[in-house]
Amino acid sequence: MKVSGKRHAPCGTHYKAVVIGGSAGGVEALNVILSALPEDFALPVLAVQHLHPGDYGSFALHMASATRLSVVEPSDKALIDRGHVYTAPANYHMLVERDGTIGLSVDERVNWSRPSIDVLFESAALVWGESLIAVILSGANTDGAKGICAVKKAGGFTIAQDPASATTRVMPLASIDTGAVDEVLRAEEIGRLLAELGMRGNI
Amino acid sequence: MNNNRIEPIEIDLLLEAVFRRYGYDFRSYARASIERRIRQFMSEAGCSSVSEMIPKVLHDKEFFSRLARYFSISVTEMFRDPFVYRAVRKKVVPLLRTWPHFKIWHAGCATGEEAYSLAIVLKEEGVYNRATIYATDFNDDVLERAREGIYEVSKMKEATRNYQQAGGNASFSEYHHARYDAVAMSGSLKERITFANHNLAVDEAFGEMHLVFSRNVLIYFNRKLQNRALELFTDSLVHGGFLCLGTKEDLQFTDVNNRYEVVDGKAKIYRKKGVP
Repeated sequence: MKVSGKRHAPCGTHYKAVVIGGSAGGVEALNVILSALPEDFALPVLAVQHLHPGDYGSFALHMASATRLSVVEPSDKALIDRGHVYTAPANYHMLVERDGTIGLSVDERVNWSRPSIDVLFESAALVWGESLIAVILSGANTDGAKGICAVKKAGGFTIAQDPASATTRVMPLASIDTGAVDEVLRAEEIGRLLAELGMRGNI
Repeated sequence: MNNNRIEPIEIDLLLEAVFRRYGYDFRSYARASIERRIRQFMSEAGCSSVSEMIPKVLHDKEFFSRLARYFSISVTEMFRDPFVYRAVRKKVVPLLRTWPHFKIWHAGCATGEEAYSLAIVLKEEGVYNRATIYATDFNDDVLERAREGIYEVSKMKEATRNYQQAGGNASFSEYHHARYDAVAMSGSLKERITFANHNLAVDEAFGEMHLVFSRNVLIYFNRKLQNRALELFTDSLVHGGFLCLGTKEDLQFTDVNNRYEVVDGKAKIYRKKGVP
């Protein structure tokens, strides 16, 4: 397993947002991570989970039961607010606009996926650059690998779920293989690290 | 200044060049999506920066047409969000029925799948012959495809499932026939539909509509252009007329919010209020 770069200095950077992507097995990992975040978590979290196109908000409801943060399935142009979790609606790509709002699109699928993790990560990297944390979770395809590279290239901090602990290892492995992942961690560890990086005092 | 901060300037200049040279105004489009498309086109066209594309756009019409095709990629499907069509049957059609004739404006119809879906609903509800339907888009290429109404066979499985979930009460295959590896929508669905070019960014309102159907069009616009389009819709609608938007488009926080009442919050169906 190739893990590039030195261990990140967690408190050295003032982060502005977290993006998370997952597919098969991603929901379980996301559950673990979100339940570790404190009520006063000071960053917004934007999550893409590959869903059935007919999921009308039930994923967001499910996530809401796992976390103390407010979970929103955003409408177009929703304002991104700290301490909120935004879950991409099924059948839409979710992008970040420079004015701090969410943009949705029904453009063609990317990596056979809509929402696509690459689409979210790449747009978030442009807006937040080195102030972005990106997390790639369990999944059976390679969506997110290009996005992780974009985040890394823009100076952001990148994390992959440990493939050995992931339900499906293809997706985290694809990202790790790009050489652009800073940390490889189990879901519980990712939750603890994010909680630390997103503490109000650290922002 | 790093690249990340230069590129937005380059994109402004490119969009300005496109507008002033060809009259297509993408300056008020939702930025993240249009930037993504520009970057995709840039790599396809083998350009290393957005700036490099600007002289080509200005001097080479063919280069611009290729870029324009990237800007107007539109993806839609038959009976997208089936529950919306169920809501139209239950909550909109009974009121359309009270008018001897009614007009529908399908704004941003792209390749026409949803225009045919709506036509099928009107047929099955027995009101199709009272309808005049204007299906518009700013892009002549997609309008031509909408007019032809020919779609890939591979999409019919999902279309059939959506049709059934949308409350279809016949067999979906009655509405199209096979043509080689494609299907052609039945001519009887086209009788009352006029496909026409209309650009929500620059053109004016259509008169006296009873239903404006515009789903997943506004998400491609910025707030300012969204408000312009919504003003057009509002000016076009009769009092008591209906507006149906995409499931993730919302009138809340727009300029016309107080002009409508909510008919179905999930299906995003609104009704224009009468004069106070």
